[in-house]
Amino acid sequence: MGQITLQDVQKSFGPVHIIKGADLEIADGSFVVFVGPSGCGKTTLLRLIAGLEDVSGGKILIDGKNVVDTPPAKRGLSMVFQSYALYPHMSVRGNIGFGLKMAGLSKDETNRKVEAAAATLNLTPYLDRKPRELSGGQRQRVAIGRAIVREPKAFLFDEPLSNLDAALRVQMRIEVTRLQKQLGTTAIYVTHDQVEAMTMADKIVVLNGGKIEQYGSPLELYEKPANLFVAGFIGSPKMNFVTGEHALQKGAATIGVRPEHLKIERDGAGGWQGTIAVAEHLGSDTFLYVDAGPFGMLTARYIGELSLHAGDRVSLVPDPARIHRFDAGGNAIRG
Amino acid sequence: MARMATTRRVVISTIGAWFFGFLIFFPILWMVLTSFKTELEAFAIPPSFLFFHWTTENYVTVQERSDYFHHALNSVIIAGGSTLIALLIAIPAAWSMAFSPTKRTKDILLWMLSTKMMPPVGVLVPIYLIYKSFGLLDSRIGLVFILCLGNLPIVIWMLFTYFKEIPRDILEAARMDGATIGRELVYVLTPMAIPGLASTMLLNLILAWNEAFWTLNLSTSNAAPLTTFIASYSSPEGLFWAKLSAASTLAIAPILVLGWFSQKQLVRGLTFGAVK
Repeated sequence: MGQITLQDVQKSFGPVHIIKGADLEIADGSFVVFVGPSGCGKTTLLRLIAGLEDVSGGKILIDGKNVVDTPPAKRGLSMVFQSYALYPHMSVRGNIGFGLKMAGLSKDETNRKVEAAAATLNLTPYLDRKPRELSGGQRQRVAIGRAIVREPKAFLFDEPLSNLDAALRVQMRIEVTRLQKQLGTTAIYVTHDQVEAMTMADKIVVLNGGKIEQYGSPLELYEKPANLFVAGFIGSPKMNFVTGEHALQKGAATIGVRPEHLKIERDGAGGWQGTIAVAEHLGSDTFLYVDAGPFGMLTARYIGELSLHAGDRVSLVPDPARIHRFDAGGNAIRG
Repeated sequence: MARMATTRRVVISTIGAWFFGFLIFFPILWMVLTSFKTELEAFAIPPSFLFFHWTTENYVTVQERSDYFHHALNSVIIAGGSTLIALLIAIPAAWSMAFSPTKRTKDILLWMLSTKMMPPVGVLVPIYLIYKSFGLLDSRIGLVFILCLGNLPIVIWMLFTYFKEIPRDILEAARMDGATIGRELVYVLTPMAIPGLASTMLLNLILAWNEAFWTLNLSTSNAAPLTTFIASYSSPEGLFWAKLSAASTLAIAPILVLGWFSQKQLVRGLTFGAVK
């Protein structure tokens, strides 16, 4: 079991409020991603759950038990650090088995569990090596091995893939997701990369300035962003925002349209007209950055190749069903 | 062309390095050579470098006149004891300052270093009088105490810098793994700090071994370490260069041997953290 509930969790460092009251319900076995720009408090929130920082207020419940006064080791969670934080003087076997050794398990029992974890992560040939003799991806797997061997109630991941190169990151992303599904253990994963968030999560928590902006499944966040911040943060390339008279006509202070929901028309008379400033041809997609005068710079995405170039005139027609409306406070207007 | 220029540069810098190395080593070499000369040859002008009458009579005289092993034992006790006590105090001090610093940590560190800025001679008279009243003059415990206090700031500073290099993440990982503070110290922190601890210990041993101001002023015979033993050969009777050299060679030999065998550790410790 690994159900985690946050009730009005707060954290301040002196006069600075880092977490301004977070409420959250994390179901057993789910994969939850905390995402947000740097400094939004996502790592702090994770460290509060881990017990590496003390809360300034509120409750953290693990399986219904308040753990705010419980030391990290007794919470039954395990953590994978951004820097891997492997013990440099211990072998892979020693690293993975350290937690079991501290828990007082017998040597045989420890070895059996360590070898099982190593087999799951394809680390068996490296068990007697030191961390410095391993590649980045292997070190990452040792850090994950150290987390899974203790059979925790939940895994806490603090930007674990950000030190890997792009190709390896995609591969590890899939491995971590597969492993979590296979073990069925609750996971909380912190990242600033919204692609990682969208691909890995069952549910995403979008954080900004120490507040939870929205909590929902990846598609909910994509299709029904609660406010301007979530709308701009989720989705790549970013959603286009248009203010002023055009928005007022639709009964909103701001309207947003995703680049993939803009229909591109050559020499069209309707929609938002402008000149292409930059055209990016990726083969699979074409991205157009259009200078649309009073509407500002707009991004449009076309699936497949479109032979348009910088300087061409186009008009962009928003899909009326896919227009997001926001009020003056930045909150979404529904209906 | 470029390769030739590189080769030439390597040759020149190698010759230069050897030259400076020799220059630094020369006083020790000269001392060792002099210790094997007769008193007459020791101050002959021009001096003979290698072609003189080699003799070990200085060593025999030195051992006859003063008990080398008595002084050597004192040196071992004083240098070893002061280093051990300094480390016992400094490890927890540096550990707490490195891992749970407060607003005043920097000030405390600087204040400790500031005590090293005061010339020891400035407090010689009060210390001497205090030692006299407590009966600590010419006692090993008294010398252990003063050398320990004298080197403590440097020991704490060195350990503090080593401990600071240990990533916090690793200690947090140990905490998540269920290690108590005691076990964290034994299984994680200490093994990672060993290069730093070893070099601090060695440097402190060398400093304490060669410390002459307090040992000369606070000891005469009972507790006198090798520094006092050397000093007794530059006495009012006049200078006996050859015997002085023999005494000095004997005095530095143990620490030189120790330094030689631990030089790898020493260099690693002193450059710890310089290269990532």
